Amino acid sequence: MSVETMSIFSPELSARFDELVTRYPMKRSALIPMLLYAQDEVGYLSDAVIDEIARRIGITPLDVRNVATYYSMLRFKPAGKFNVQVCTNISCMLRGGYKIFDRFQERLGIGHKGVTADGLFSLEEVECIGACCWAPAIQVNYDFHDELTEEQVDAILEQYRSQNAGGR
Amino acid sequence: MADVTFIVDGKTLTAPAGTLLIDACRKAGIEIPAFCYYPGLSLQAACRMCVVRQEKVPKLQTACTTPVADGQVFITESPEIAQARKATLQLLLGNHPLDCPVCDAGGECELQDMTFKYGAGESLYVEAKQHREEQKWSPAVYFDRPRCILCYRCVRMCGEGMDVWALGIQNRGVTAVIAPNGGDHLDCEQCGMCIDVCPVGALTSGTYRYKSRPWEMKHVSTVCTHCADGCKVTLGVRRANDGMEIVRADNRDKSGINGDFLCAKGRFGFDFVESAERLTQPLVRNSAGVLEPTTWEKAIRHVAKRFQEILSARGAGSMGVIGSTRTTNEENYLLQKFARTVLKTQHIDHERTADYATFHGLLVGSTGRAASLKEIAAAPAILLLGGNPTEEHPLLAWSLRSDVRLNHARLYVANTQAIRLERQAAQSVRLSDGGYEKLVRGLSGDEAALAGLPGAAAFRDALAGEESLVVICGAEFRGAALAAPMRWGLSRPQVKFALLSDGVNARGAADMGLYPDLMPGYQLLAGDRPIHTEYAGMPTTSGKDYAAMMEAAGSGGLDGLLVVGADPFAALGVAEGALKDTFLVVQDCFLTRTAAQADVVLPTASLYEKTGTVTNSYGDVQMVRKAADKAGVKPDFEILVRLAGAMGVDVRMLVPFGDAQGARADMGQTRGAQAGEADRHAVWLAANGLEPKLSPFDPLAILDEVERLVPEYKLDRLNLFAGNESTTEPGAGFVSVESLLQRKDGVVATHPGLFDSGLLSERTSALQEIRRHQEKLAVAAD
Ligand code: SF4
Ligand code: SF4
Ligand code: SF4
Ligand code: FES
Ligand code: FES
Repeated sequence: MSVETMSIFSPELSARFDELVTRYPMKRSALIPMLLYAQDEVGYLSDAVIDEIARRIGITPLDVRNVATYYSMLRFKPAGKFNVQVCTNISCMLRGGYKIFDRFQERLGIGHKGVTADGLFSLEEVECIGACCWAPAIQVNYDFHDELTEEQVDAILEQYRSQNAGGR
Repeated sequence: MADVTFIVDGKTLTAPAGTLLIDACRKAGIEIPAFCYYPGLSLQAACRMCVVRQEKVPKLQTACTTPVADGQVFITESPEIAQARKATLQLLLGNHPLDCPVCDAGGECELQDMTFKYGAGESLYVEAKQHREEQKWSPAVYFDRPRCILCYRCVRMCGEGMDVWALGIQNRGVTAVIAPNGGDHLDCEQCGMCIDVCPVGALTSGTYRYKSRPWEMKHVSTVCTHCADGCKVTLGVRRANDGMEIVRADNRDKSGINGDFLCAKGRFGFDFVESAERLTQPLVRNSAGVLEPTTWEKAIRHVAKRFQEILSARGAGSMGVIGSTRTTNEENYLLQKFARTVLKTQHIDHERTADYATFHGLLVGSTGRAASLKEIAAAPAILLLGGNPTEEHPLLAWSLRSDVRLNHARLYVANTQAIRLERQAAQSVRLSDGGYEKLVRGLSGDEAALAGLPGAAAFRDALAGEESLVVICGAEFRGAALAAPMRWGLSRPQVKFALLSDGVNARGAADMGLYPDLMPGYQLLAGDRPIHTEYAGMPTTSGKDYAAMMEAAGSGGLDGLLVVGADPFAALGVAEGALKDTFLVVQDCFLTRTAAQADVVLPTASLYEKTGTVTNSYGDVQMVRKAADKAGVKPDFEILVRLAGAMGVDVRMLVPFGDAQGARADMGQTRGAQAGEADRHAVWLAANGLEPKLSPFDPLAILDEVERLVPEYKLDRLNLFAGNESTTEPGAGFVSVESLLQRKDGVVATHPGLFDSGLLSERTSALQEIRRHQEKLAVAAD
């Protein structure tokens, strides 16, 4: 019964979810991975995403929201195509994380949780991303950039701009 | 579990092993503060207010999660503990608006009490507070976010207690917030239980918010008027221009058969009392055929005169009487006594909503076979045949859910439709029409009957394995259909029964003999019981039932008809003008369709405006106490006594008040130190039948007679007058089983919804507003 016939997700993701819910003794244990994968595909947790996930694991949309809102990495509004997450936790902070963050703010003209007008970039100040040895570090979508200096910020932004222009 | 002994604050206490320390302490009179702990709900341990010191344990422990064991030593109050609690309060008050002067909870707020006690009077926080506007989640429930202390009681109550799961908690840390399931509104049962458990003023009630302060009200404990479950309800009343007005309904002391519980009707459904449509003056049809307001004296004299004329011209059996499921036992008893002994008729009936005659007939000769609500709520196993408790018997549904959750009771559900309680059921079978009969045959050993009923064999086996069982039948079970499961149950030891009905005193109306063929207590019309001696001279052939009376009246076969609190024109779809040749008298709160056709309309007090007793579906008798007051109306009891008086009847024959030498009573001389607001002496006097019955209008004067003549009403008066229920014993009746089973049951099943109780809910603006909210949601969902 878990197979959704009217899914808003791609057939691949849909199939993945069908399998995922069978892995745990309780279906709702699949909730967090499902939310993450859905966000990766749709860009954010829309009402439709929440409703379908709730249906798939047999809980209420309210239950889904109760969990989802706890996690700062899950979002309920679209982010930019490239979501820049700058770590300002202790190691990064000591090695200039805030300078990096400031530079991004200045270059993109947006603040924490902001999205650029063209929808290309969004910016977030985040807690430790596990790259302390190479602090200061940032993460753009799933890619890491580490041991950064302020000067590298422009190059990184340029890299993603051309990637976008290249149609990727 | 075995008892263990431990020491709290130097006192040696004993409690069953595993009892939570907080409960054990409370039982022993040691108060431990708690915000998140709520008896009957899962443990949260979120607030840290209940911290205590346990010997040999390095840190303070939460009393709400500590099970007691032998040899433990606790300290519950010390400077260290007070400091810890004070710190907790400081955190809670960090963003608390402290708007106590305008907060509904002010005066009965747990946060206020704790702050008062632990004196977190100065705050270390200097930051500006975060303000959020109050939100209206539904007409019933409002949310004031900054006041919330995140104890999660509401979330757990709605989910675990109500099985509605409409409240959640979103975000985390300082941004954590209680959220309703609709985003900005609530799509739920609107029971207000969340408001009730909120220890502060974060959740407030649509009917009460910003209206009053707890100390401005008088709190009267009575019984909800909306359904046959009979929840005990506390009405907060306040003086108004035309009497006493009701400002709030809750179950303040959480006592009685319903404990914490009230549904939307009980909690929000009281403003019908104030309805502009309320009748406040007697109406008499004038020569132009129009109902015209008049005085009580004139109206009563008019009715009495006409009744006497009819009686002397047409004799016995010329009039009919229709009673109600909303009037008290005393009123119903008096009504049938008035009909039988004054009007000399057996044409007596009421809007029957369940076949209690058959129910009683089957229980004759057995004892302990009827289940009270408290017994149901603690039963290890319950078989629910038919009915839809969640919608129609909210308290029963609550009790069953609690029983399953807290006592691990096994609920067996057999129904022809999907009902919500299947979620709590250990097993359920879905039957097609006529399936109950087969199922019961199957339970009694007819293997073939179960063929083709999926799950029925396992269902039967599980039931067979239950040592004791309560069988609850929906109102659709009547006559032979009711007899079958009851006979099956009676053939086994330890099976008890309950039969569901509709109307706050539906059971009482039946018990009090509002039947054309049965006297109070289901006694037959002819016989040599005390009641037959006392009612000497009444006609002894059965009268016409409800439908037959209306038919007879329509064709000129009844000269007079007295309708008390019923609406046969609406219920039976009688055409306007059909009763133009019958002298029709209606006693009601509103101008019902029947009242509009009447020759005389007498405006009555609602259940919230009078005193007496009512009996719920399960035979629990409870006291109704006058809370509100409305100028111009009279209780049905008083109206009947006045009518009889005006007809020249010796009212002492109807209502035994005073005594032969005149009224003598303890007027307070002996009270001494006991006198005062909580007059325990009065309770004692009442309980022992010594209270002064100085007036024929005192309904309790007739309770003595009910107890004397109705075998099953042997009431525990002390309990009754102290505000608890006293349970009847149906097996004690003197009825003939066969004669009861062969009669027509005449039941018209009603199916009131969660916000519906017919006449009253239609005139309750709060319930109508909730209904509109629910309907909008239903439309939006389509
Ligand atoms: S009113 Fe009742 S059903 Fe609605 S949220 Fe509150 S507790 Fe739940
Ligand atoms: S709204 Fe009331 S009951 Fe609910 S968490 Fe807040 S304080 Fe507790
Ligand atoms: S309507 Fe019934 S369940 Fe609801 S509060 Fe009244 S008696 Fe209780
Ligand atoms: S502190 Fe920045 S990656 Fe760990
Ligand atoms: S009552 Fe024990 S932690 Fe809240």
